[in-house]
Amino acid sequence: MAVSGTTLARSGAAAERRHGGPPALLHRNFTVFKRGWVFFLTGFLEPVLYLFSIGVGVGALVGGFTLHGQEVDYTDFVAPAMLATAAMNGAVMDSTYNVFFKLRFQKTYDAVLATPMGPRDVAAGEVGWAVLRGGVYSAGFLLVMLAMGLVSSWWGLLALPAAVLVGFAFAGAGMALTTFMKSWQHFEYIQLALIPMFLFSATFFPVTTYDGALRWVVEATPLYRGVVLVRELCTGLVTVESAVSVVYLLLMGAAGTMLAARRLGRLLLT
Amino acid sequence: MSDPTERVAGRAPLDTATPEVVEPGVAAMLGRQLDYWWTVFRRTWKGSVVSYFLQPWLYIAAMGLLLGGYIDDASSGVGGAPTYLDFIAPGLLAATAMQVATGEVMWPVMGALKWDKTYYGMIATPLRVVDIVAGHLAFAMFRVASAAVVFVLALAVIGIFSSPLGLLASLGSALLVGLAFATPVYAFSAGARSEQGFALIYRLGVMPMFLFSGAFFPVSNLSEPLEWMARLTPLWHGVELCRMGSLETWDSTAVVHVTYLLVLAALGCWFAVRRLRSRLVV
Amino acid sequence: MVVARGLRKSFGSFEAVRGIDVEVRRGEAFGFLGPNGAGKSSTMRMVAAVSPPSGGELRVLDLDPAQHGSAIRGRLGVCPQEDTLDTELTVRENLLIYGRYFGIPRREVARRADELLGFFQLGEKRDAKVEDLSGGMKRRLTIARSLINDPELLLLDEPTTGLDPQARHLLWDKLFRLKQQGVTLVLTTHYMDEAEQLCDRLVVMDGGLIVAEGSPLQLIREHATREVAELRFPVGEHTALADRVADLAERVEVLPDRLLLYTHDGEEALARVHERGLAPVAVLSRRATLEDVFLRLTGRTLVD
Ligand SMILES: Nc1ncnc2c1ncn2[C@@H]1O[C@H](COP(=O)(O)OP(=O)(O)OP(=O)(O)O)[C@@H](O)[C@H]1O
Ligand SMILES: [Mg+2]
Repeated sequence: MAVSGTTLARSGAAAERRHGGPPALLHRNFTVFKRGWVFFLTGFLEPVLYLFSIGVGVGALVGGFTLHGQEVDYTDFVAPAMLATAAMNGAVMDSTYNVFFKLRFQKTYDAVLATPMGPRDVAAGEVGWAVLRGGVYSAGFLLVMLAMGLVSSWWGLLALPAAVLVGFAFAGAGMALTTFMKSWQHFEYIQLALIPMFLFSATFFPVTTYDGALRWVVEATPLYRGVVLVRELCTGLVTVESAVSVVYLLLMGAAGTMLAARRLGRLLLT
Repeated sequence: MSDPTERVAGRAPLDTATPEVVEPGVAAMLGRQLDYWWTVFRRTWKGSVVSYFLQPWLYIAAMGLLLGGYIDDASSGVGGAPTYLDFIAPGLLAATAMQVATGEVMWPVMGALKWDKTYYGMIATPLRVVDIVAGHLAFAMFRVASAAVVFVLALAVIGIFSSPLGLLASLGSALLVGLAFATPVYAFSAGARSEQGFALIYRLGVMPMFLFSGAFFPVSNLSEPLEWMARLTPLWHGVELCRMGSLETWDSTAVVHVTYLLVLAALGCWFAVRRLRSRLVV
Repeated sequence: MVVARGLRKSFGSFEAVRGIDVEVRRGEAFGFLGPNGAGKSSTMRMVAAVSPPSGGELRVLDLDPAQHGSAIRGRLGVCPQEDTLDTELTVRENLLIYGRYFGIPRREVARRADELLGFFQLGEKRDAKVEDLSGGMKRRLTIARSLINDPELLLLDEPTTGLDPQARHLLWDKLFRLKQQGVTLVLTTHYMDEAEQLCDRLVVMDGGLIVAEGSPLQLIREHATREVAELRFPVGEHTALADRVADLAERVEVLPDRLLLYTHDGEEALARVHERGLAPVAVLSRRATLEDVFLRLTGRTLVD
């Protein structure tokens, strides 16, 4: 035959390169998402409402806290925590409920994997989507904070990438966990992790409320790392804690994404 | 069918002398659904332990005790309650009733209509639309009741109630809140074509009420127009009722709260049956 | 058992059933045939008392569905076109719980459930979740479920779609037995052999109207010839060639993949085709079946 092995190989490689990869999945998600712009707007509402309720409403009852030796208004204290929490919640929603639904019920990935796309494309695509969407929400929330005068330092510019990083960490971990889930009931475990983190990770009161081992536990939670990072950036009181957080969150997201890719391959390509 | 113009000309109408048919009442039909809901319960109760039983506790601990410590340092008494814990506990009780009730009649109703089509299986049997609505709402209220009872007992242990009467009043108020949310939201779900609407109900209804209807801070701290909006929400009436129970600060406005919630529940029931009928019987 | 006069059903401005007269007698097996969208399921749902007629009259088991829906449904077995099983329950739970809706005592439901599971060969799967069943197994379970209340009238909307041949014969056997016990059967199907085997009488619906009615044999005699010659030509040539064989048969039917020549002697027709120098890829001469009636009544006949 005239067609040599190398041409075949090359055209195969070209096909490989031409396939959509993670952006193709982003495109799919965006297509679905476009139909629901109302959701986009209302999703942005949640952290803002928390900010006004707890930060402003309850804040009127509290006064303020001392942070790194400096007096901080309660609203200034809570707002960055809400930003980090919003990034976490958005990422977890996208990477757990939505992914589970597509994985087990809608069989979206079965269809995707019947094309040249592989499990790694799926994992990267979904995590990328969660990060992207979380990033847009975070930017919106930061604008609200700016308008309310809750960002008091140029470091605050870095709060956006920080929030995206929080989203990345939780999206990766969330997606990895989702691949182990068998039924909706298992989502209770996710709630079991999220709600205590949301309430106790120095979001509404300083970590100095705890002492001893308890404080160590709180400081080791991913949301605490996120909250500290964003809060230090927004208030300009940056310490080495922020650096620790960055490394922690990067590792968490990367490990999660890689595990998710491996597990998807195991689940779908059998 | 009784419209004579619909009859085909030139034919004798069909025999309409119908024999005596006795149909069982709604209560008997509820009995027939017992096995179903019992099976559902056995299968799902584990999945709701965290959000129904644990979540209110975590809020009590974080907001009531820890944050409350700072609040009590800064001020003496919140909205008529001696401590922030006393203030927030009845608020969270009402909010929990709302959340459990709405959760039970959103996705499960959608599932029975769209994904599993269990309602279509049910309506092919002697069950009628009212029976199906009654069965589902009864189950939702059972869930509300179990969550509320557990919560109230725990609150009693940490000394929120000064008398059993206060405890019972709070519990009853929580059930009323559950009913006032379950029926209208059921009506919404019965007609909803896609589950997307639920996110909106949650984000534009449940969550704002949770945050601004006086559960966490007195609505009088809101600006005037917002305060009035908050006072119109069913949750505010529920929170006030629960708080009257736990603080034992009754007054005549309780009648207004109870009436408001009862009317809402009744309207919801009516719409629920109507909307489910137009969905199932086509 | 079922009497309909001028029965109509509309969805908004669209009329799915446009005035049909049907009478199903006690103990017979009655079939609805018709192409997709003919209005069969719409009719079945009205008979099942879950869909109010938009016009005309309907009596089911001598009762008016609009008034006594619940009582009628208590005496019916219904196998809907789309399964409505509870996918989160196990196979056996589906039967138990469904039986309870009829007010049948638990012990009795359990007995019947086990019997039905045995008969439909689902015994091994009794504790499996419905979600994990194959499509055909789900179908079998839906049919088993429709029998849980020992119905007097059984409504089956495309019961055998998705079943393998064994399961199909199993169901036919069950339906024969039920008929012998006096159960009235009403079914829809797209399998003509099934209709021919099962139905004492049937109607063919098209566009919401009844276009023919009778026993399978009557219909074949009325609407088809004794034999049919099938000719297969290369792709895309059928329409063009139809004219060249038109005079060889009483009627020629053009299908996307073949030509059907309706004639008294199929072999004779095939010989004449060859004489004209036409070279079909494949040929077949056979007796006419209900399928030919169906195509005639609902299809596109070129030459008559
Ligand atoms: N709920 C509904 N709303 C609107 N239109 C409907 C509805 N149900 C059926 N129809 C329409 O009524 C017509 C008849 O539908 P029906 O389901 O009765 O057909 P059928 O004969 O059972 O077809 P099939 O062989 O495909 O099952 C179709 O055009 C269908 O689109
Ligand atoms: Mg049909």
